[in-house]
Amino acid sequence: MKDWIEIAALDDIPRLGARVIRTDTMDVAIFRTRDDQVFALRDACPHRGGPLSQGIVHGTSVSCPLHNWKIDLASGQALGPDEGCTNVFATRVEDGKVYLALKAGEAAA
Amino acid sequence: MKQKLIVIGNGMAGMRAIEELLKLEPSLYDITVFGNEPHPNYNRIMLSPVLAGDKQVDDIILNPLEWYRDNGITLHTGNAVTEIDRVGQYVIDAAGDSHQYDRLLVATGSTPFMIPVPGADKQGVIGFRDIKDVDTMLEYAANHSRAVVIGGGLLGLEAANGLRTRGMEVTVVHLLDSLMERQLDKPAAALLKATLEERGLNFLMQAQTAEILGEGHVTGVRFADGSEVAADLVVMAVGIRPNVTLAKDAGIHCERGIVVNDTMQTFDPKIYAVGECVQHRGECYGLVAPLFEQARVAANHLAQIGIGRYEGSVTSTKLKVTGVDLFSAGEFNESGGDETLVLQDPAQGVYKKLVIRDNRIKGAVLYGDTMDGTWYFTLLREETDISAFRGTILFGQHDIGDAGHGDASASVMALPAGAEICGCNGVCKGDIVDAIGKKGLFTLEEVRAHTKASSSCGSCTGLVEAILAGTVGEGYDKAPSKKGMCGCTEHSHDDVIAAIRHSGLKSMQAVRDALDWKNPDGCAACRPALNYYLLAHWPGEYQDDAQSRFINERAHGNIQKDGTYSVVPRMFGGLCTADELRAIADVADKYRVPEMKVTGGQRIDMFGVKKEDLPAMWKDLSDAGFVSGHAYGKALRTVKTCAGKKWCRFGTQDSTGLGVQLEKMTWGSWMPHKFKLAVSGCPRNCAEATIKDFGVVCVDSGYELHIGGNGGIKVRVTDVLCKVDTEEEVLEYCAAFIQLYREEGHYLERTAPWVERVGLNHIKQKVVDDADNRKVLRERFLYSQTFAQVDPWKARAQGEQSHEFKPLRIA
Repeated sequence: MKDWIEIAALDDIPRLGARVIRTDTMDVAIFRTRDDQVFALRDACPHRGGPLSQGIVHGTSVSCPLHNWKIDLASGQALGPDEGCTNVFATRVEDGKVYLALKAGEAAA
Repeated sequence: MKQKLIVIGNGMAGMRAIEELLKLEPSLYDITVFGNEPHPNYNRIMLSPVLAGDKQVDDIILNPLEWYRDNGITLHTGNAVTEIDRVGQYVIDAAGDSHQYDRLLVATGSTPFMIPVPGADKQGVIGFRDIKDVDTMLEYAANHSRAVVIGGGLLGLEAANGLRTRGMEVTVVHLLDSLMERQLDKPAAALLKATLEERGLNFLMQAQTAEILGEGHVTGVRFADGSEVAADLVVMAVGIRPNVTLAKDAGIHCERGIVVNDTMQTFDPKIYAVGECVQHRGECYGLVAPLFEQARVAANHLAQIGIGRYEGSVTSTKLKVTGVDLFSAGEFNESGGDETLVLQDPAQGVYKKLVIRDNRIKGAVLYGDTMDGTWYFTLLREETDISAFRGTILFGQHDIGDAGHGDASASVMALPAGAEICGCNGVCKGDIVDAIGKKGLFTLEEVRAHTKASSSCGSCTGLVEAILAGTVGEGYDKAPSKKGMCGCTEHSHDDVIAAIRHSGLKSMQAVRDALDWKNPDGCAACRPALNYYLLAHWPGEYQDDAQSRFINERAHGNIQKDGTYSVVPRMFGGLCTADELRAIADVADKYRVPEMKVTGGQRIDMFGVKKEDLPAMWKDLSDAGFVSGHAYGKALRTVKTCAGKKWCRFGTQDSTGLGVQLEKMTWGSWMPHKFKLAVSGCPRNCAEATIKDFGVVCVDSGYELHIGGNGGIKVRVTDVLCKVDTEEEVLEYCAAFIQLYREEGHYLERTAPWVERVGLNHIKQKVVDDADNRKVLRERFLYSQTFAQVDPWKARAQGEQSHEFKPLRIA
C-alpha cells in the first residue's frame, strides 16, 4: 500500500518544466512532460548534486543545469555514457490533481 | 517478423554502417555478417603501426566478438559469400549454404593491385592489405634480409618503413620521379625522400618493374632497363582495386567500383554498398573518413529514416611513419590562376604550401610541421574566406588567436599519460587514450561523451582532436563541414536561421516540423537555440518560452554550485551614486547576502541568494531604481568605461557619458552569446575596449570602433571596424553591428569566432560600406529593443512566473 499525498494541481506545474517540493529529508522535483506525464525524482543530480528541477525537460528526460548530465525521469538513471542514479518516487494524476508517494520516514514538510 | 539484413564484408565500412544503424534502429533487422578473414572487425589503417612494432594486433580490434554477440549479430568469420541471387534474394556462402535477405549491404572492400609481370605469382610476392600480409612480412623479416617494395605511395612507404624497422634491408621501387605524387608536390616529396634515406631506406626512382625473378620462390626483381636487385620478399603496393567480382557476377552495375547513388544504393534498390568497393559520382575512395560518411548515410536509409545524402568527400592524408610529419589535402598542385603561399625552413625540415583561389584554400601540403593540418583542412572544406588573416595563415591557427591551444598539439602525443589535457574536468591524456582504445571511439563527440574531455569550456578541443588523430590514425571523424546543430536534426545552425527567416517560421513547433526534427520536444541544446533565433527574428510576435531557457535566464540570476543564485543590478556605464550603494547595502543586509564582490564589468555581485528570496529582493532593488544587470544571460552584459574627459587629465572624450548612452540603448537585448562593451577615453585604453565584443577607443579627432574581441578562454584582440566622428555615429554603428551579429551569429557563438568565421570584410561591407543597410540594421535593433527593454526583475517582483520561485506546498 502506498501513501498517496496530494501535492498540487497539474496546472501548477509548467509543461516541460518542474516544481520543487520540500520534505523533511530532501527536496523532490516534480516534472511534467509535453503529454502531461508526471514524474518525481530526488532533486539532486547523481553527478554533483545539481538541482534537477532547474534543468530543461525534453521527452522523458531532464538535463541537469550544472554540467548537463541527462537523467531519465522514469528510472532516475543517468543516460548515455554517464553512470549514476537518483531516487524515484511514484506519482499519479487524477482529476487534474497530482499525487506523490513518499517512502516511510520522508514525510512532506 | 524482423527483416533480414546481410552484410558481405566484415571490415571497417560495413561494421561502421551497422554501428550507425544500431544507434538509430537497434531492433529493426536480424543481422548476419560474412567476413573473409578469421578476425573480427579491426582497424585496417593501423596495420602499418603493427608492422612497425608500435602496436599489437589486439590493440587494433574495433569490434570484439562480444560486440557481435551483445548486439545479436550472427557473424561468419573465414567464410566468404560466393554468390548473390538477386531474384531469390539470397546469398550462398563458401560452405554452399544459402541465406535469405530483405536488404543486402555489400562492403567487400578492395584488393591490392598486383602488377601483371612475369613471376608475379611466385612465393614471397605479396600485397599489403590484411593481418595475414602483416604476419607474412613479420615472418620474412625474422628469417630473411632483403625486401623490395614496389610502389612509393602512402601504403608502400609505410610497408617499407615497417620492414626497415624490423631489420630488413629495404629498397623502394617507384615508377615516377617523385614519391607520393598523389599527395605531395615535388619539394615536399624531396624532403620526405631525404628523411627516409637517412633512416636507411633505398630508393630506385623511375624504375619500371619488368619481371620477378626466382625459381618458385622470389630471388630478385628485374627492371625494364635490364638492371636487377636481389630480394627475398617483394611487397606490391602500387594501388588497390575495388573488389567488385561478387557484385558484377550478380549483374549489379559496376564500373571501376560498384556504382551507387547518393543514398548508397546500387542499381538494385534492395542492395546497398559502402566502402572501398564503391564508386560514387565517378570517385572511388581508399581513405577511411569518406567510408565513414558513406556508412552513416547507408545506415540512415537502412533505418528507414531516409533523409541522409552522401555527396562525396574531400580527403586529407597523413603518413603513419613515426617521426615523419606529413599532411596533404585537396588540390595541392596549383593550376593556372592559383596563388600559392609557401613557407620553407630547410634547416628545421619544415615546408608548408597552401594553394589559394579566390581567397579560399584549395589545397595544402605540410611537411615537418603538420600541427595546423586539421585547421587548414577545415578552412578548405568550409571554403572560408581567408583574406582577414592571410598574412599570418602559414604561421598557424594560434597566430590568429582562435580558440584552442594550437601550438601544443604538435607535441601532444609525446606527453606522458598523466598529463592533464582537460583542466575543467580533470581528464588526463591516458584516460582519453584508454577510452578511445577500449570503447572504440572515433569522433570528438564520442570522446567528449565518454571522458568529458573538452566538453566544458572547449579550449582543449585541439589537443583532444590531436590525441584522437594520433591514437586512431587518420580514420578519426573530423567534424563534418556542415554539422547538424544537435542530435535532433541534421540541419546546421545556418539552415535553421535561413528557414526561420525565409520560410517565415514563427514557432519552435513549426521549425521542428519543417526541418524534420527527430525528437518532438527537441533537447537541452537546440531548444534554447531555437528560442533565441525566433526571438531575434520575430520580435513582438514570438512568445518567449521559459521552459526552453537555460535556468539562469529563466530565474534571471546565475545558478551557483550549491543551487543558490547571484544577483547583479545594472549600473549604467559603471556609474553609481551614494544612494544607490546604500540601497544595495540595505538589500544585502536584509537578505543576509553572505558574500559580495565587484565584477570585472564594474558591477556589484551579491552571492548566495536563495531562489525563493529573489522576487522580494528584486522588488527592493527595483524600488531603489535598479533594473536587472543580465549578468546571467546570453545577452547584453555591461558597458565598461574609464573616467574620461570629465576627470582624467588624458581623456579626449566623455567616455563615461558615451558608455551610459550605449548601455541605455542596448540593455535588455538577447544575443547568441554574452556581449560586452567598453568605452575608453583615450588610447591608453583603461576600459580594455580592445578585448570586448564592441569597443570604443576615443581619440582627439573622434572614435575608433573595435569589434570581435574577448577575454576568457582564449584572449582575442579586436579588429578595427572603422573610425567615426560623432557620438551619434558610434551609437548607430554599434546598433547595426549588434543586430548583424544577432541575426547571423550561431547560438553560443561569441563575436570573436563569428568574426573569424564570416570574415571582417563581410562585416565591414554590411555595417561600414553600405550606409543604407547600416540604418536598416539599426532600425531593426531599435524595434526589437521596444520589446526587450522590459525589466524582468520588476515583472517577477510583481508576480510574473511566480511558480518558478515558489516551492510547492502540500495541498
